[in-house]
Amino acid sequence: MTTATGQYVETALPSIAGASTSRVVAFGVMTAALVIAPFFVYPVFLMKALCFALFACAFNLLIGYVGLLSFGHAVFLGSAGYGAAHSAKVWGFTPELAIVFGTAVATVLGVVIGALAIRSKGIYFANITLAFAQMVYFFSLQAGFTGGEDGIQSVPRGTMLGVLNLRDTLTLYFVVLGIFLGGFLLIYRAIHSPFGQVLKAIRENEPRAISLGYRAEQYKLLAFVLSATFAGLAGATKALVFQLASLTDVHWTMSGEVVLMTLLGGLGTVFGPVVGAFVVIALENYLAQLGAWVTIVQGVIFVVCVLTFRRGIVGELGHVLRKSL
Amino acid sequence: MTVFGVPTQALFGQLLIGLINGAFYAMLSLGLSVIFGLLNIINFTHGAQYMMGAFAAYFVLQWAGLGYWWALLIAPIAVGVTGIVLERTTLKRLYQLDHLYGLLLTFGFALIIQGLFRHQYGSSGLPYPMPRELAGGQNLGFMFLPNYRAWVIVFSLAVCLTTWYVIERTRLGAYLRAATENPALVQAFGINVPRMITLTYGFGVGLAGLAGVLAAPIYQVNPLMGADLIIVVFAVVVIGGLGSIMGSIVTGFGLGVVEGFTKVFYPEASNTVIFVIMALVLLVRPTGLFGRSS
Repeated sequence: MTTATGQYVETALPSIAGASTSRVVAFGVMTAALVIAPFFVYPVFLMKALCFALFACAFNLLIGYVGLLSFGHAVFLGSAGYGAAHSAKVWGFTPELAIVFGTAVATVLGVVIGALAIRSKGIYFANITLAFAQMVYFFSLQAGFTGGEDGIQSVPRGTMLGVLNLRDTLTLYFVVLGIFLGGFLLIYRAIHSPFGQVLKAIRENEPRAISLGYRAEQYKLLAFVLSATFAGLAGATKALVFQLASLTDVHWTMSGEVVLMTLLGGLGTVFGPVVGAFVVIALENYLAQLGAWVTIVQGVIFVVCVLTFRRGIVGELGHVLRKSL
Repeated sequence: MTVFGVPTQALFGQLLIGLINGAFYAMLSLGLSVIFGLLNIINFTHGAQYMMGAFAAYFVLQWAGLGYWWALLIAPIAVGVTGIVLERTTLKRLYQLDHLYGLLLTFGFALIIQGLFRHQYGSSGLPYPMPRELAGGQNLGFMFLPNYRAWVIVFSLAVCLTTWYVIERTRLGAYLRAATENPALVQAFGINVPRMITLTYGFGVGLAGLAGVLAAPIYQVNPLMGADLIIVVFAVVVIGGLGSIMGSIVTGFGLGVVEGFTKVFYPEASNTVIFVIMALVLLVRPTGLFGRSS
C-alpha cells in the first residue's frame, strides 16, 4: 500500500480517525483513577485486572476491528507467561528482558497460528484457533520446562532496568500500569491508523478491499500477530506479578473469559475491554468462594449480553451519550 | 506375536479404544454438522448436552427405576426437548445477526449447564451400571472384546448410517438439504422452515444425548465429561468439513482409530495428534476433507 492510499482512507473517514474529545476525557479519567486506585484498593487485584484489561484490548483489536473471533487467545497469554517465567527463573533474565522474551514467544506463536488460521472466517476461524489453543495446552501439560500441573512457581520479580525494585508492591503496580497504558495507546494508535482503516474496510467488505488492491490476508495476519503480541505482553507481565505461570492461562476457559470481558464491556469500543475486564475480575474475586457459581454467573452474563445487551457496557453508554468511546 | 515391535494384544486393545472414542466423535460431530448445516451456528452447548444425556440415564434409573434400555429411548428425547425449548426461546432470535453470536450464546449455556450440574453433583462422577445383557465379553483369540464396547461401536455406526440415509436419500432429507441451500425458496414452496430448524436442532441435540447414554457405563456420569471432549469434536468437524454428513462419520471413526494407534506408537502425542492432523488438513484443504468450497 502506498502512503497516498493510506492518506485517502484517513481523510475519507475523518470522524473515525483521530482522537475525539470524549475519548481524550475518558482516557484522562481512566488514567487518573488508575493512578490513585492503589491507595484505596488492594494493588494485586488492580494489577490482575490491568493485565486482563490489556489482554482484552488485544483481543478486541481482532474481533472489534477485523471481525475475527479467536477462541484460542489464551495461548498467547499463557505461552508468554511461560516464556517470561522460565527466562526469569532459569536463565536469570532481568524483568524487562523476561517480559520482552515472553512477548516474543507469543509473537512467534501468533505468526504460526495466524498463518494457518487466517485463511478461514467466522465460525471456522473460531474453531481453528480453539483447536490450536488446545494443542498448545496439551504441549504445556507434557513439556518438562512448564512444570506440568504445578506450573512455574516462585518466579523472581527482580529489579527492572537496574533501578525499579519490583519486590515493592507499589513500584510493581506503577510498572504494570505503565505497561498497560503503553499497550493501550499502541493498540489505539494501530486501530486509528491507515492500517486500522484498511482492517475495517476488510471487515466490512473483503472482496471490495481486495479489488482496491489491498492484500487482505496480509493485513489480517498482521492484525492477528499484533493482537497475539499484546496478549503476550499481558501474559508476561501477569507471570511476573503473580510469580507464577500455570496451565490455567493456556486453558480454553481462559480464552472464553477474554471473550466474556470484551463482550460485556463492548465489542469494538476503545474502553469497553478495560471496563469488562475490571467487572469480570471483580466478580470472580467476589464469587471465588462459591466454586461452581463463578461459571454459572459467567454463563448468565454471556446469555444476557448476547440476547439483550450486544453493545456492552461502554457501547450502551456511548449510545446514550451519543459519543463514540 | 508383535507388529512393528508392539504386541498385537496392545495394538488391538488400542484399536478398540480408538473405535469407541471414534464412535463418540462421529455421533457428536454428526449432530454438530446437521445443526450447522441448517442453523449456521456451532453448537457450543453440544458437550453439555452430551453430559445431560448421561445424567438423564442416571435420573431415569434413580427416580423411575428404569434401566439402560429405557434410558436409551427416554434420555435422547428428553435432551432433545430441552434443545427445542432452547432454540424456540433464545437461539431463534439470533438468526438475523452475525453467526458468531450463536456461538457465544451456546457457549454461555454450556457454562451455565455445566456449572449447575457441578454445583449439584460435584466433579468426581457418579457410577452407572453396565446393562446386564451386555456384561462379559468374547475371547477372539488375539484379544478380549467386551460385549458392551462392541455394542457401542455397532449401535453408533447404525445410528450414523441411518442419519446419513435419511438426510441424503429420503424426501424429508431432501427438504432439509434444500432448506440448507436456500431457506427462503423452500419456505415459498410451503414448507414450514422455522419448524424444520427447531426439529433439526432438537434432533442434533438428541444425538448428543444418545451419545451420553452410550458413554455412561464406560466413563461414568460426570458434569464435566463433555467439556473437553467437545473441543476435540470441533477439531474433528473442521477436519471432516463443516456441514458434511458423511465427512463427520468417516473422520469421526477414522480419527478415533488414529488417536488409538498414536497411543501405541508415540503416546506423548496422543492428545495432540488430532489437532496436528487438523493443521495439516487446513494447509492443504481449508474447507476440510469432505467440505464444499464456500
